[in-house]
Amino acid sequence: MASFATFGNELYTGKRSYDFVGSKKIWFLVAAVAVALSILIPVAKGGFNLGIEFRGGSEFTVSNVKTTDATVGEKAVTGVVPGSVPRVANVAGTTMRIQTDKLTDDETLKIKDGLTTAYGVTDNEVTSTFVGPTWGADVTKQALLGLLVFVGLAAVLMALYFRTWKMSLSALAGMLVTMFITAGVYSLSDFEVTPSAIIGFLTVLSYSLYDTVVVFDKIRENTAELQASTRRTFAEEVNLAVNQTLVRSINTMMVAILPVGAILFIGAGLLGAGTLRDLSLALFVGILIGTAATIFVAAPLYAWLRQSEPDLVKQARRVEQRRAEAAAKAASEATPATA
Amino acid sequence: MARTGPKNTALRVLVWLGVILAVLTAVLAGGTMAGQASWAPKLALDLEGGTQMILAPKVEGGSDITEDQLNQAVSIIRQRVDGSGVAEAEISTQSGRNVVVSLPGTPSKETRALIQASADMNFRPVLQAGPGAAVPTASLTPEDQLPKPAAAPANSSDVNWITADVYKKFETLDCDKPSQDKQERSDPAKPLVTCEPASAKSPAIKYILGPVEVKGTNIKTSSFQLQRGAQGAVTNEWAVNIQFDEQGTAKFKEVTERLYQFFVAAGGQSGSDPKAQFAIVLDDQVISAPRSLAVITDGRPQITGGFTEQSAKALSDQLRFGALPISFEIQSEQQISATLGGEQLRMGMLAGLIGLLLVVVYSLFQYRALGFVTVASLVVAGSLTYLAIAILGWTENYRLSLAGVAGLIVAIGQTADSFIVYFERIRDELREGRGLVSAVQNGWKRAKRTVLASKAVNLLAALVLYFVAVGNVRGFAFTLGLTAIADLIVVFMFTHPTLQVLSRTRFFGEGHRFSGLDPKRLGAVPLYRGAGRIRTPEDRPAVAVRAKNSGATAEAARRMTIAERRLAEKQEQGKQGQLAGSAKSAAKEGK
Repeated sequence: MASFATFGNELYTGKRSYDFVGSKKIWFLVAAVAVALSILIPVAKGGFNLGIEFRGGSEFTVSNVKTTDATVGEKAVTGVVPGSVPRVANVAGTTMRIQTDKLTDDETLKIKDGLTTAYGVTDNEVTSTFVGPTWGADVTKQALLGLLVFVGLAAVLMALYFRTWKMSLSALAGMLVTMFITAGVYSLSDFEVTPSAIIGFLTVLSYSLYDTVVVFDKIRENTAELQASTRRTFAEEVNLAVNQTLVRSINTMMVAILPVGAILFIGAGLLGAGTLRDLSLALFVGILIGTAATIFVAAPLYAWLRQSEPDLVKQARRVEQRRAEAAAKAASEATPATA
Repeated sequence: MARTGPKNTALRVLVWLGVILAVLTAVLAGGTMAGQASWAPKLALDLEGGTQMILAPKVEGGSDITEDQLNQAVSIIRQRVDGSGVAEAEISTQSGRNVVVSLPGTPSKETRALIQASADMNFRPVLQAGPGAAVPTASLTPEDQLPKPAAAPANSSDVNWITADVYKKFETLDCDKPSQDKQERSDPAKPLVTCEPASAKSPAIKYILGPVEVKGTNIKTSSFQLQRGAQGAVTNEWAVNIQFDEQGTAKFKEVTERLYQFFVAAGGQSGSDPKAQFAIVLDDQVISAPRSLAVITDGRPQITGGFTEQSAKALSDQLRFGALPISFEIQSEQQISATLGGEQLRMGMLAGLIGLLLVVVYSLFQYRALGFVTVASLVVAGSLTYLAIAILGWTENYRLSLAGVAGLIVAIGQTADSFIVYFERIRDELREGRGLVSAVQNGWKRAKRTVLASKAVNLLAALVLYFVAVGNVRGFAFTLGLTAIADLIVVFMFTHPTLQVLSRTRFFGEGHRFSGLDPKRLGAVPLYRGAGRIRTPEDRPAVAVRAKNSGATAEAARRMTIAERRLAEKQEQGKQGQLAGSAKSAAKEGK
C-alpha cells in the first residue's frame, strides 16, 4: 500500500494535517463525557463485580473422587450459578478443591449435591467452608501506594526531562482519562474483576505514560527553537508534531494490539471466562484509549496550558504579522500580473 | 579489513551482543548440568500447581483468633514469602480461623520455617542466671527459704519480681530437655523463666528475666553480617544487626544506662552480676544475653549467639518483616494441581503465536525488508528474555504465571515501538533529503533520546512497584522491568548496529523499492540530483518554507548540519553570482 507511505509523507510535511490541537474543545468534551460515563456506569451498576480473590468466597472439598477432571466441577458450579468463574484444583491425589464466589445457603446446598453426583462420592465426602481473599486489603494498599509513588516520580522525571511541569500535568491528565475509560469499559463488560485484570490495568497505565512521552518528545524537539521562528505558532507546532508522529502512533498501537486482540478474540473466545479474557480486555481497551488520549487529550491540553505564556503570545503575534505581510506581498505581486 | 568507522563499531557491538547471549546460555547450561537450573522456565502456581499448607493458629485456652490478628498474620507471611524471591504465592484465610498458603513447587525447609516462625522478639533484663540442668530434687530450696518479695518491683531489673512461684519454676526447669510443647506466649508484663539452648561454645543456661523492656515492634529494620572483632578484623561469627525506631532507641538507651550501672558496680570486666545482662528473647527462648558494657544510644545493637549464615539470614528476614501476632502450626501440607487447566496456557500460547504472526505480517507490510530487522530484533529480545527468565527462575525463584505470559506478549508491542520510533525517525531524515547512512546516524541520535526517556518511565514503574507492592503486583513489576531492560539491550546492541551495517549495503543504501527506505516512496528530494542539478529551495519538501523571511531562514539554518550549511552557503553564493547586479528580494526575483 503505497498510500500509507504517502500518508506519512504528507503528515510529515504538513501537507495533510489533522487539527488535533485546534478542535480541542470537541475532544475535551468527548473525553469529559466518556470519563463521566465511566464513573456513572459502575456507580449505577452498584460497583465493580469483584472476584473471589478480592472478596473471598466458598470452598468445597470433595474427597475420594472417582475422576480428577476439573471441568466436571466447573460445570457443577456454573449449572447452579451461571456466569461465575469457579477455581477448581486437584489436591493430594483424590481430593478436589472448588472455590466459588460467595454463595447463598440455597446455592451452597445445590452445588454440594451437584458435586456429589459429578464426582461420584457420598454426601459426607463433600465439605464446604468459607475462604478469605487472596488479594487482601494489604495487597491493594501496597499496590495503591506504589502507584502513587510511581505517578509522583514519573511526573518529576518528565518535568525534569522536558523542563516544564506543564508536560507532566498534561501527560498525567491523559493517563487519568485512559484509566477512567478503561475501568468504565471493563465495568460495562460485566467481567469479574480479577488480579489479572488489575495487572492489565497497571500495564495500561505504564503504556499510556510511555506513549505520551514518545509523542511529547517530538513536540519538545519541534518547539525547542520556537522563539527564533515565525513559521508556526506554538499550537501549530504541537499539532504538527502530533501529525508527524501519527504514523508511529498507529503502527505502535497496531503492533501492541494485534497479539492482545488475538488473545482476546481467539483465546478467550474459545475458552470463555478466565485469566486470559480479563487481562486481554483490560489491555485491549487500555492500549486503544491510551494512544487516543495522547493525541486528543494530552497534546492539545499541553498546547492550551502554554499558549497564554507571554513569550508565546508575542511569538504568535509575530507569526500573524509575518503572515499578514506575506499575504500583502502576494497580493501586490498579483496586482502587476493582472494589470 | 582494517577500516575503522561506524561499520566496524557496529560489527563490534554485534559481536558483544553475541558474547552476552553466549555467556547467558553458558550460565544456564552450567546450571542445568549441575542439576539446579532447567531449560524450561519455572511456572507459577496457576500453571504448575504446588504445595498447599494449612496453618492453624495456636491459641492459649482455646480462645478464638481475632480477625485483626489473622489479617495481620496473612500480611506478615506474605511479606516474608515475597522476601524470599519473586514466586507468586497465594495466601488467604479459611473459615476465618486458618491461614492457607499455596506456594509453587515444593517449599524448602527454610521456606517452611520462614512461614511458620512467629519471630516474636523482645528484650528483657536478666534477674538471675544458672546452669541449664534442673536442680536435683534433693537440693531444691526448702519452701520457707524461697524468695519473698519485700516490696513492689521498682523497675524491670528489680529482684522483687522473683516470687516463690517464679523461683520454683526456675529450679525445676531443665534446659537440657527442651519441651516441645510451647502453646502460649509469655506475658510481656511478667517475669519469664526460660533457657538459652546449648550451642557449640557454651552449655545451656537458664534465666529468670524481668518484664519486657523493648518490644520487637520497635525494630525498624535488620540485617546480618560476619561479626567484626575488636581490631576490626572479620571473625567467623555471624551476627544479626538490629536498628530500632525512635521509641525503641530511647527505651534501649534507658535500659543500657541502668544495666551499665550494675556492670560498673560489680567491678567492670571482672565482675559477674547477672543483672548487668540483658537477654534477647526470640519466641520465648534466649538467643543470647550479653552484658551491657556501654550505654547504647544509637539504637543499633548487634546480636550474636552461634548463628550460621542461614540462621542469621533467616532471623534477620523474620525480624525485618515483623513478628506474627500468633504462632502457627502446619496442619496439613498437600500437593495441589494447577488452578488453570493446561488448556488455558495452550490457548494463550496459540493466540500469542497468531498475534505474533500478525505483527510479522504487519511490519513487513509497513516496513518491507526493514520489517525483517524488526522481526530479527524481536527474536533477539525473545531469546534474551527467555534466558533471563530461566536463569532468574533458578537464582531468584522467578516463576511465570499466565498473567506473566500475557505480560510478555504485550511487551512485544512496547519492544517493537522502539524500532518503530527509530525507523520513523530515519524516514523523516530521508524525507529531509539525507543519504541513508547519515539518515541512520541522525535518526538514531534523535530516536535514542526518545527511546531512553520513554523506557525510563517503564523502568520507573517496574522499580517502584517492585519495591513497594506485594504479591502478584510485585511479580508483574519484575516482568515489566525485565522486558524493558531486554528491550533497551536489543535496540542499542542489535537494531541500531544492524541498521548501520545494512545502510551500507546496496539494497538498502540505494533505497530499493522493497527496502522500506525508498526515498522516492518517502517523497524525498535529494540534495544532489546528478548532472549538476542541485535541489532548489522550492523543492525542499520537509520544512515547507511558505515565504521567505529572515526568522525562518535563520531557524532552518540552525537545524542544518555543518555540511548542509556549507552547501547552502555555496548555493546562495552561486545564485548571487547569477543575479549579480539585480536586487536580491524574492519579490523581484519572481517577476
